[in-house]
Amino acid sequence: MQFLSDNSDLLWSAFLTTLSLAVVSGLCALVLGTVLAAMRVSPVPPLRGLATFYVEVFRNTPLTVVFFFLAFGIVQIDLQFPSRFLTAVAALSLYTAAFVCEALRSGINSVPAGQAEAARALGLTFGQSLRQVVLPQAFRTVVPPLGNVWIALAKNTSIAAGFAVTDLTAALQRLANANADQLLAVFAAVVAGYLVITLPSAWLIRVVETRVAIVR
Amino acid sequence: MSTSVLFDLPGPRARRRQLVGTVVGALVVAALVGLALWRLAANGQLQPDRWAVLFDPASGVPQALWEGLLNTLAVAAVGMVLATVLGALLAVGRLSDHAWVRIPVGVVIELFRAVPLLILILFCLLFLPTVGVPMTAFRALVLGLTLYNMAVLAEIFRAGILSVDRGQQEAAYALGMRKTQVMTLVLLPQAVRRMLPVLVAQLVVLLKDSSLGFIVGYVELLRTARSLVEFFNFSFGSQYTFQLYVAAGLIYIIVNVVLSQVARSVEKRTRRSTKAAAAKDVELPADVQMGGGGGPA
Repeated sequence: MQFLSDNSDLLWSAFLTTLSLAVVSGLCALVLGTVLAAMRVSPVPPLRGLATFYVEVFRNTPLTVVFFFLAFGIVQIDLQFPSRFLTAVAALSLYTAAFVCEALRSGINSVPAGQAEAARALGLTFGQSLRQVVLPQAFRTVVPPLGNVWIALAKNTSIAAGFAVTDLTAALQRLANANADQLLAVFAAVVAGYLVITLPSAWLIRVVETRVAIVR
Repeated sequence: MSTSVLFDLPGPRARRRQLVGTVVGALVVAALVGLALWRLAANGQLQPDRWAVLFDPASGVPQALWEGLLNTLAVAAVGMVLATVLGALLAVGRLSDHAWVRIPVGVVIELFRAVPLLILILFCLLFLPTVGVPMTAFRALVLGLTLYNMAVLAEIFRAGILSVDRGQQEAAYALGMRKTQVMTLVLLPQAVRRMLPVLVAQLVVLLKDSSLGFIVGYVELLRTARSLVEFFNFSFGSQYTFQLYVAAGLIYIIVNVVLSQVARSVEKRTRRSTKAAAAKDVELPADVQMGGGGGPA
């Protein structure tokens, strides 16, 4: 315990890095994923094709490879992120957006066809019926899957440690090297750090789910 | 709901607008791709001899990449087999009538799903040797992948077993079968057939996760590319860096796309098969597809 309080500064800043990494990339992924989902159901075939292509590529690419390319690859086309943190945010958001899109699409598909038909019968356009009728219902049904994507994202931030972001996992590696006799305490502290993010999220998801659920 | 209920078939004006939009969009995309290619060419990355090294056996690159791919596949294969077997056992355990089996198994499943996969692998790599378990990067990776995926698969199998029509179980009991017989002869065969597409899809996830070996120092595909780059940098400068990275990334994508297609065709066959009837909506949840720690906390 002595040792944990000695390193509390490192662990605390690492925890904040992990948390901000998860929050920032979660928000970016949510926006990008929603746009992608709208594209996937849009009337314009090229937009559908583009979104499908994006999702297929990122679903089949390991997150490590995405990181790898953003960290080492895009230098070759004269692009560079201003910081390691932003590289990690970009990789996590690009990757997670594909899964946000998948979750949302399954939500859109679960909205009964009658809703969209009624919206169209009232004369709403595609954009209107999507924005005002289908998506509000879809977002409610996808609270659990989207929440799970967010939790998976929070755990996936650990991969950023492999690319020189000092998050919890990086702190783990550093502390484990320095304190070989305290390994269990180090692991417990780091896992607790992740659980502090994921467990309240899981609880919140359950609360929100019951609050917004549509009884059909 | 199919997508077509969301909008009418476009009329002539809408079609014209779409055509204009498509052309403009295609031009923008083409311009971006062109810009990237131009920067690549300006940096000399498109010279044929730089790419030729990927296919030139004399350079040792194809062999090394092949070896890396085999290492990746080896980890994924061993992990998948172990995870499937253990996952099935855990699923049966979690459905057990005895609380002393059900509760510990539930704890194990929840525990391994709650911890990020990378932390799990690092735990195997760093901690287990201190208690006298000999560890290599390969073993740590396989062990980590197995522990995580067995927990995920256990939940998938459990859902599969529960989705088998209740009448099957009741009929089996009515015939005088024991609990074990009902499970092994009636429920599991149907559940496994039904879950086959999901199993293949999980294999894609596992293969993706095996790239974590890059971080823990297992010589899989990415690590191979990285060490080739370091080797070439030493003798030729950073001439081949980009090519090697692109090759490694592409191999991953191709293998996974092929596997995804296999999963899809398996799913189609399952849907047609009468033995696995009513196999509707067998798809991995989005968070499980993300790998590296999907599944609720």
